[in-house]
Amino acid sequence: MSVLVYINTLNGKIAKNAMEAVQYGSKIGATTVVTNGAIGESELATLGNAGASKVLVNRVLTSNDPAQTTRLIKAAAESVSANTIVFSQDITGKAVAPRVSAALKAGLASGAIALPDADGTVKVNVFSGKAFGKVKINSAIKVIALTPNSVGVEEESGVASVEEFSADLGNASYTVKEVKKQEGDILLPEAELVVSAGRGLKGPENWGIVEDLAESLGAATACSRPVADIGWRPHHEHVGQTGVAIRPNLYIAAGISGAIQHLAGVNGSKVIVVINTDPEAPFFKAADYGIVGDAFEVLPKLTAEIQKLKAQN
Amino acid sequence: MKLLVCISKAPDTTSKIEFTDNDTKFNESGVQYIVNPYDEWYALVRALELKEQNGGSVTTITVGTATDDSIIRKALAIGADNAVRIDSEAGDAYYTAFQIAEYAKSNGFDIVITGKETINYNGSQVGGMIAELLDQPFISLATNLEMDGTTATINIEMVGGVEVVELDTPFVVSAAKGMAEQRIPNMRGIMAARTKPLEVLPAAPCDALVSFEAYELPPAKSDCKYVDPENMAELVDLLHNEAKVI
Ligand SMILES: Cc1cc2nc3c(=O)[nH]c(=O)nc-3n(C[C@H](O)[C@H](O)[C@H](O)COP(=O)(O)OP(=O)(O)OC[C@H]3O[C@@H](n4cnc5c(N)ncnc54)[C@H](O)[C@@H]3O)c2cc1C
Repeated sequence: MSVLVYINTLNGKIAKNAMEAVQYGSKIGATTVVTNGAIGESELATLGNAGASKVLVNRVLTSNDPAQTTRLIKAAAESVSANTIVFSQDITGKAVAPRVSAALKAGLASGAIALPDADGTVKVNVFSGKAFGKVKINSAIKVIALTPNSVGVEEESGVASVEEFSADLGNASYTVKEVKKQEGDILLPEAELVVSAGRGLKGPENWGIVEDLAESLGAATACSRPVADIGWRPHHEHVGQTGVAIRPNLYIAAGISGAIQHLAGVNGSKVIVVINTDPEAPFFKAADYGIVGDAFEVLPKLTAEIQKLKAQN
Repeated sequence: MKLLVCISKAPDTTSKIEFTDNDTKFNESGVQYIVNPYDEWYALVRALELKEQNGGSVTTITVGTATDDSIIRKALAIGADNAVRIDSEAGDAYYTAFQIAEYAKSNGFDIVITGKETINYNGSQVGGMIAELLDQPFISLATNLEMDGTTATINIEMVGGVEVVELDTPFVVSAAKGMAEQRIPNMRGIMAARTKPLEVLPAAPCDALVSFEAYELPPAKSDCKYVDPENMAELVDLLHNEAKVI
């Protein structure tokens, strides 16, 4: 088995979901990583810790252009005779994996949450996390896009060989006019800890207590749909069936009722804590730990206790 | 400006998700189908706004059977000019993309717009595949799209931010939240939709690349453990020592 894993390293680091994809690939077969950007050779060699044996790096492609990235991956897949190509199902994976699939006529299982079964089927998220499907890929080359945070990374020690890799990239699809960086450095789709709040917070001016808790934990912040719709919080924080689907280790929801469309995007979380004044709120049925109480009182108390715990460790 | 909007059906967001035939089929009994929210709220509405600003036409395309006609009429009621249905049971994403690309090739569109993903398969696959099959640029997860003549300026969701890009038509774009606001069809729209053209075309031969063999539901949650709101030390202890997530 020859496995090719594409990772996006354009922002200068190797993200956790990239490590996950590499390790996932290495459990299927001998893994080569293909990437582009400016990360140094010694750092790329650390991908060996996630099981990669070789890294192909292209220094020419410095944008996220899906058509050019597809050509790069196609050339790399040919050079290592890959029979499985793995992506992380992140923003780049969503843009590029389908193009690669169509270019190679290779079936794509997107949203994978586990390694392929003995019969080759891949378990994926469907119905916005309300169910799982078993996908059989009928083509010789298989493409798998892995949901971030669904498999852990156990670091081994290994060193990957790093080679410069050139490919005919063709024309750029567009010119990049501007890049606006998002504030805060914990990205919601790949966050392990998430603090989320809903309409129960009453107004955007009250989000300080949510942000304080998130900061004490090192968590990302999220919100329910109406909160993003009325503009209390940015759209990229909206989680649920029509927002971002997440699978953190811990999801803390304050002042969110737990409507079915909200649950769809968050019920893959390992542990759910619900804080709500209404003991009948539907969210308690999906919770591991419940606090029937006022978020305005509970959140600051929780933050203080987290700070105590952090001070001890 | 000729715009093609890809419309898929999806089960209503409150549908009970169950499976039949040994967990190989989605149980459709009692399920109401709606236009997939991303297709309706963002892709279709932005296409209508672009037509209103620049002239042109908005065609919708759906790969599906006659049972899809009601959701297609809904898209027409919201304001699309005409609709095309490729008459076929839905195959996989590649099959769907192939049908749409074949139609787009022979009819020439400036922009093909899809929703970010469907809420039942969540694949985010069809748009990128259409672009590859048409050999056109693909803009994935656009949150804003402005046209000036044949030049588009588009905001793209990126890892850790937003990228603003510029390109000329033709291209394929998938629409995410932010592109437009939901429109509720009015009575006049609903009446007009009844007589708008809905062309039914045969599918082109194409083999699906993947198949769904079976489905399963997540394991039931164990009971919720309640913690006294005055005792957050206990919650922190449970999260630290029992759940081991912090
Ligand atoms: C097609 C469709 C798609 C949708 N997609 C999504 C989606 O992706 N994501 C999503 O979130 N929603 C989605 N929705 C909306 C969803 O149905 C709910 O309306 C929404 O999730 C409710 O948001 P909320 O819980 O913040 O607000 P509410 O339902 O208003 O709930 C507020 C909660 O706060 C509690 N509360 C009030 N004061 C306090 C306090 N001081 N302390 C603690 N608790 C308090 C209340 O008891 C209540 O439970 C969708 C709806 C439709 C129709």
